[in-house]
Amino acid sequence: MNEKSLISLEKIATRDAYGKALVKLGGMNSDIVVLDADLSKSTKTADFAKVFPERFFNMGIAEQNLIGFSAGLAASGKVPFASTFAVFATGRAFEQIRNSVAYPKLNVKVAATHAGVSVGEDGASHQAIEDIALMRCLPNMSVFVPADAQETFQVIKKAAEWNGPVYIRMGRLAVPVLFDESYEFQIGKANVIREGKDAAVFAVGLMVQEALKAAEELSGLGMEIAVVNCASVKPLDQDTLIKVAKQTGAVVTAEEHNIIGGLGSAVAEVLMENYPVPMIRVGIKDTFGESGKPEELLEKYGLTSKEIIKAVQQVYHKKKNK
Amino acid sequence: MKIINRSLFGRGKKMTIIEEMARKIRVDIIEMLTAAKSGHPGGSLSAADILAVLYFQQMRIDPKNPHWPDRDRFVLSKGHAAPVLYAALAERGFFPREELIQLRKTGHFLQGHPDMKKVPGVDMSTGSLGQGISAAAGMALAGKMDHKEYRVYTLLGDGEIAEGLVWEAAMAAAHYQLDNLVAVLDYNGLQIDGRNEDVMNSSPIADKWRAFGWNVIEVNGHDLKQLMDAFELTKNCKGKPTMIIAKTIKGKGVSFMENQAGWHGNTPSPEQAEIALKELKGGMDHE
Repeated sequence: MNEKSLISLEKIATRDAYGKALVKLGGMNSDIVVLDADLSKSTKTADFAKVFPERFFNMGIAEQNLIGFSAGLAASGKVPFASTFAVFATGRAFEQIRNSVAYPKLNVKVAATHAGVSVGEDGASHQAIEDIALMRCLPNMSVFVPADAQETFQVIKKAAEWNGPVYIRMGRLAVPVLFDESYEFQIGKANVIREGKDAAVFAVGLMVQEALKAAEELSGLGMEIAVVNCASVKPLDQDTLIKVAKQTGAVVTAEEHNIIGGLGSAVAEVLMENYPVPMIRVGIKDTFGESGKPEELLEKYGLTSKEIIKAVQQVYHKKKNK
Repeated sequence: MKIINRSLFGRGKKMTIIEEMARKIRVDIIEMLTAAKSGHPGGSLSAADILAVLYFQQMRIDPKNPHWPDRDRFVLSKGHAAPVLYAALAERGFFPREELIQLRKTGHFLQGHPDMKKVPGVDMSTGSLGQGISAAAGMALAGKMDHKEYRVYTLLGDGEIAEGLVWEAAMAAAHYQLDNLVAVLDYNGLQIDGRNEDVMNSSPIADKWRAFGWNVIEVNGHDLKQLMDAFELTKNCKGKPTMIIAKTIKGKGVSFMENQAGWHGNTPSPEQAEIALKELKGGMDHE
């Protein structure tokens, strides 16, 4: 990540990048099939449906069956991408994912969009704030949360190549394209996208851009903050986490998800057992969202660079007073 | 390509062999459940004839090559009847019969409910009701996409069809015209808490499946000829999945278990097992 101003970057929603990635990968791998539950225009699987109609299956508004069919297709050698909103994929069909996908370790990619409060006007019923927690606790399941369009393409590509159940969390809101083609997403690897010695921010999704903004601003105040993109929430890159915690001695996590069970919890689990340092979780504070403009909701629920800066200053203070 | 194992036995002339296999499967069920001291005899015994016909007459399978891509698939949607499936698989040669008494033991591959990663011949992990038929339909869809000849069979319980997912799958299987999918309903009329109509009335069952766009065939689930005829008929039905409603008796073959809901999830004592085996083996030469 170079130091160019984040504001000038092109904005693309990760769901848009998902649709394009499917079309590209669909042309390369004829085993890829895509299923949706009547939300293909929103999840952008409609892009794939247009190019490969014979490999696209609309299951109607029936998420449990979306997953069940996907399991059967995977058991017969297909590489199914099952898409709907994150709330319905991981909530409505949780037990189908548990028993028909994760337990038999079938090659199903649950690729969900519309995660977090940045869904906006649809409100709390449609804003998944618990999906990372639900998917992370399932044995055999991998969880990836891309931060931008470039990373989304790589996540989808790696997920298709990986033999096993995967959950991919994407968003509705257009977000800055942070990475260029030289960026590499690797399963089980965290990316240190900015070096720093005073504190570290571990972030996922649209909070990665907020973490970078926070780091820029803190740099002006004389603090050097490391920013680590943890797109591979599971498997989590323990080595990098511990190394960065040792280098900085103060950690903040940032995610558009409940602070219970998400990235913050995952990082805390690793550091608590290996290298405890002062830590604060920035995220949704165990509350449901509501209707509103995405930007206003992100502000209201504390999902901003401002909140990250506050948290960094607090952990830094704790570190100094240890 | 040469089709191997189209069926183990020809139709009709070896009817007695299939009948004997059904009896052997029942004996295995009692023996393994008595050893396991937990499990589900009632709904396993009621499905023994159905599985005997499938595994010894209908299904194109190769016990030496359980992952053969062109094989017919079987998904035990009523996963708690795992003993009947394990017995059929063992008798068919997927693994040694001697393993059966290790059912439900720590560290052994025969899990309480079917695990496709552990048991040779199990095509889908099941146990959570309603999910098997959904996965089976997905397999049938894959077969259609690949222009494969294989058929996908799935067995449901009558209590199981209270699950909403069953009807989601039913709707989708008809929508995608999965005529290579054959579901069998083990219609024994009883579930854990009692009679279907008292617990949750699902009738009229045949009308419901017809209304969902399925070809429906009703048979006596203990009449081997009726079952064979029904499975043959499904092959002529184009554009629709088939539901074979097999009227069965829960606990069939063991007098004191027949039509008793209490034998859904209870296993026989050694003394009861002795009586049951005597009834089942009567005249049969079981090694």
